[in-house]
Amino acid sequence: MNFGRINALVIRHLYLYQRSVPRLMDLFFWPVVDILTWGFLTVYLQKVSLNGLNIASTLLGAITFWLIIQMFQNAAAVTFLEDVWEKNFLNIFVAPVKVSEFLTATAILALIRIFLVMIVISIVSMFLYRYSIFSVGIYFAPFIAILMLFAFSIALFNMSIILRYGTSAQTLAFGLIFIFQPFSAVFYPVSALPAIVHPISYLLPSTYVFEGMRQLINFGTVTSSDIYYGLILSLCYVVLMIIFFSRMFARVRIEGRLLKMDS
Amino acid sequence: MINVIETKNLVKKFGDFCAVDDLSLNIEEGKITALLGPNGAGKTTTIQMMLDIITPTSGEIRIFGKPMHENREEILSQLNFSSPYVQLPGNLTVMENLKTFARLYGVKDIKKRIEELADYFEIRNLLKKMTSSLSTGQLTRVNLTKAFLNEPKLLLLDEATASLDPDIADKTRKVLKKIQKERNVSILYTSHNMIEIEELCDKVIFINNGKLREEGTPEELIKRFGHKDLNEVFLEIAREDDK
Repeated sequence: MNFGRINALVIRHLYLYQRSVPRLMDLFFWPVVDILTWGFLTVYLQKVSLNGLNIASTLLGAITFWLIIQMFQNAAAVTFLEDVWEKNFLNIFVAPVKVSEFLTATAILALIRIFLVMIVISIVSMFLYRYSIFSVGIYFAPFIAILMLFAFSIALFNMSIILRYGTSAQTLAFGLIFIFQPFSAVFYPVSALPAIVHPISYLLPSTYVFEGMRQLINFGTVTSSDIYYGLILSLCYVVLMIIFFSRMFARVRIEGRLLKMDS
Repeated sequence: MINVIETKNLVKKFGDFCAVDDLSLNIEEGKITALLGPNGAGKTTTIQMMLDIITPTSGEIRIFGKPMHENREEILSQLNFSSPYVQLPGNLTVMENLKTFARLYGVKDIKKRIEELADYFEIRNLLKKMTSSLSTGQLTRVNLTKAFLNEPKLLLLDEATASLDPDIADKTRKVLKKIQKERNVSILYTSHNMIEIEELCDKVIFINNGKLREEGTPEELIKRFGHKDLNEVFLEIAREDDK
């Protein structure tokens, strides 16, 4: 792995943020809009009762962690799509860039973006609702790690499909994540879902984060084995998706489609 | 004579269609070699296999004496590629694009290298412009600047002067010839402009339907076919299969 080349790929995308209002809005505006919408709903629900449960923290925690997973996969997929839209793939891969370096740069860019988004939504949540994203304490790090790994595995799947089928499949980059939302028990416990879909829920690493977050806020405890299970599951998905991406890349090379991804 | 590129029995099939058919050729060091053929002859597929962008169905590609795929990073760091059909990101400035590729190729003194080449290709006034705002001629010169960033030993130029007006095309050829002589760069060049090939190239390789048809210097080929120029030689080879 050559870190100079990874750095080059990262900086190439950071250049774009200097003068692109839509990209800056992705970082600073839309996450705030989400937090405002859900935050005020939460304040309202808190006022109309439901005594005993910490509705504000539960909902705000859910939306904050969901934003992280959504934005991470979105950032990774859009970073990839930038090179597809700009027909820059051939230039990159006739340079001595490895697929692993390309994917590492994509993950780093998504990390940078999530870091900035987290700063913004932490400040807004604290200022408007007195809610701290860090209120989950020491579990913050494993929760975030599980969500980002899972988001990256979804992004890798999206990238693989776009690589294979071209830009006609690019709507996946923005839409696929929402398929996982109802099964991840973001706003309600898994027990609220029909029993038949419980196995699907427990196959999603994100479920363990949202269940854990609710346990922590309402009962002050998290089952440690659930955290480990979520981490192992998300790592497995990342490894599987890296293998899937590598296979798709090899297939695209056999079919000579690297230049034709926009068709 | 040392060969910078050697292909042996190279075959590329896309389903039932055979784009490159048992192609064995050598590209000599320090020379400009033209790879010619009509549309669909297999030139671009051959070049993309040389760049390891397309996987051959069978056969062997050796560059600088080493198998390409197994030594991909080492080989790619010593060669470069330019084609008007492969764009640099339009949403970056010329300078940002050149810096990005300089970093990808591990160029040491990036600013100095870019400025030196910018003077050479007369693009210093374009460095701060958005790449999307450039004319075709300006883009070609920027693409060539990018292609020389890593001081390549081997350059693959796919229709480098396509869509250029005669004046800019002539200037581009002169710059290429000059830089090739000064730095002893080996160049594999594709073009449909036979006057350009006669002026620029030391050797010509004709392919059609993915097969090697003829090779030699432009003068040898004109003499061998008994024509007055390379354009007529091209027409005869391209129309062989129509007969």
